[in-house]
Amino acid sequence: MPPIPMAEPSTRHVLSVRDLAVDFVQDTGTIRALDGVSLDLHAGRVLGVVGESGCGKSVTARAILRLLDRTGRIEAGQVLLNPGSPQQQDLTALDPEGKAMRAVRGGRIGLIFQEPMSALSMHYTVGNQIVEAIRAHSGVSKAAAYERAVTLLQEVGIPRPDTRIHAYPFQLSGGLRQRVGIALALAADPEILIADEPTTALDVTTQAQILNLLRGLQRQKGAALMLITHDMGVIAQMADEVAVMYLGRIVEFAPVAKLFADPQHPYTRALLRSVPDMRAVPRERLATIGGAVPHPGSRPVGCAFHPRCPEIIKGRCEVEAPPDIPQGTAGASCFHATAAPPAARVEAHA
Amino acid sequence: MTVLEVEHLTKEFPIRSGLLQRETGKVRAVQDVSFSIGRGETLALVGESGCGKTTVSRCILRALPPTSGAIRFSPEPGVSVDMAPLTRKALRPLRRHIQMIFQDPYASLNPRMMVGDIIAEPLYVNGMPPAERRERVRKLLDLVGLPAAARTRFPHAFSGGQRQRIGIARALALEPSLVVADEPVSALDVSVQAQIINLLLELQDKLHLSMLFVAHDLGVVRHVSDRVAVMYVGRLVEVAPTTMLYARPRHPYTAALLAAVPKPDPALRDAVTAPRGEIADPANPPSGCAFHPRCPHAVDRCRAELPPLREVAPKQFTACHRADELTLAGAV
Repeated sequence: MPPIPMAEPSTRHVLSVRDLAVDFVQDTGTIRALDGVSLDLHAGRVLGVVGESGCGKSVTARAILRLLDRTGRIEAGQVLLNPGSPQQQDLTALDPEGKAMRAVRGGRIGLIFQEPMSALSMHYTVGNQIVEAIRAHSGVSKAAAYERAVTLLQEVGIPRPDTRIHAYPFQLSGGLRQRVGIALALAADPEILIADEPTTALDVTTQAQILNLLRGLQRQKGAALMLITHDMGVIAQMADEVAVMYLGRIVEFAPVAKLFADPQHPYTRALLRSVPDMRAVPRERLATIGGAVPHPGSRPVGCAFHPRCPEIIKGRCEVEAPPDIPQGTAGASCFHATAAPPAARVEAHA
Repeated sequence: MTVLEVEHLTKEFPIRSGLLQRETGKVRAVQDVSFSIGRGETLALVGESGCGKTTVSRCILRALPPTSGAIRFSPEPGVSVDMAPLTRKALRPLRRHIQMIFQDPYASLNPRMMVGDIIAEPLYVNGMPPAERRERVRKLLDLVGLPAAARTRFPHAFSGGQRQRIGIARALALEPSLVVADEPVSALDVSVQAQIINLLLELQDKLHLSMLFVAHDLGVVRHVSDRVAVMYVGRLVEVAPTTMLYARPRHPYTAALLAAVPKPDPALRDAVTAPRGEIADPANPPSGCAFHPRCPHAVDRCRAELPPLREVAPKQFTACHRADELTLAGAV
């Protein structure tokens, strides 16, 4: 693969999520799935969002795109597109099915799903769907859109794009389908890409191909990428900055090298230690976290991690919620980490 | 001493088409696969989707009849039975000696049965009296790290990790000679996965378990297996002791798998590489070595001639024409 030119390092915010709270109303009561999540996406950078099931990583993506199902409600917070600019838009104020939101979804923000079949229709050819996506967000002619669709398929590494464009999704392998899914997300040339577990359903060699492709395209286009995954390996390989989530909150935020070299939150540390190691000695035991992730409906009081935390401060962690991470700084939402010096500020150009 | 010896196992599925569903071809899902599992040994069977690893495990469980080949199983020392040609009836007395741990802890437990009854069912089927059953269930719950009170609760009250413990207890209830575990931790969260891996390691030590561990995650496999068998498009391409396979793979496909795994260390980003092309279609495999269209080391011979699985280093078997001349990178 030829070297990929790095996009200019940029501090340009393209999206800011502020204190976002999401509830799901169920028969048994209301469940707070997101509880004050704030994060920023920057042009040309990859934000990795990592956590176990129920941590709210996918809900964050769906709330940004206003794709929450009927039981989900944004209770508080803002999702600002082009924050601070005259074009600033708060997506939480838009009608989820309205014209303005549809222009953002698929237009300004491209979406890549775990299972590309959920993004693609079985009844239309790959070409039809990409042409439709292109024309939905720009006024180009059918012929011009078709030409661009072939170019897109080529960009995502599909061999013989001029014939594959006539294929139906079920005629393609999982890897090729995910490439089509990426082409579809890129159809309107978005400046933001949100990828929710884009390689979880794929085999490891296909995963490596798709991750290479995603990183290459993101850099080449200078787009902001929010990459959601449960896999610390994928995070290490792809992310510039990382948000670690646990039960609806960001518990740690840091540049990727710092997160792996010097994790601050006991949960991050435990999570990193529990990853199987390809260099382990035979029958080597793994470090474990006791218990299981609690159901979001029974969030423990104080720090939500305290029942599983090996470093619990008795009388404090089970009573008092740890402070939030100050916006734009690296750190952990943990009483142990609050003494961190101000030198922990993230350098955006680092 | 071996528990299981699989010899030249082949499983074909017919491809039917047309109105009359005539057989128009065959998918050779498993072709000429031979391996053995020693008593107390864990052999991992790895490969990507469609490689045939699940078909192999289902043939061993005789959930599928093999097309040809032998499956010699030794339920106890000195006894050996070829299960491949046996009828359902003849298989019945052997079934208790091979047990299975399933991938999905949500789908594999009956939601209407109490945990104690789920674990006791194989004991009941095999005629153990009630008092003994209760005592055995108590021991099994303790063995897999569940509280005794779990006995009278239903599966829905348990998390994914705890359910997998229930499934493990059920598999061990009859003290099987061989346990087949098909992706037993791949549906679990990382933190819970680590607990279950440790439990399996503990049980291996305590009970001297023999296990066929079918998996795709090479990190997990490294921790739990003594030896690894790598499959590609229906055939074994490499079999070796775990440490040797990871340190010095001799088949380019093994090396490609190891290199494609994302490493949990940002400093190793450049060490992650992807092989070119796509996994071959088992209904229409490439000539010669099935990996040749993707192999960076392929020569004319690889396109023409099927490489046999041969011993290239002590206990390391590789099906590659060029195994002796290549130096391939291992896990980093």
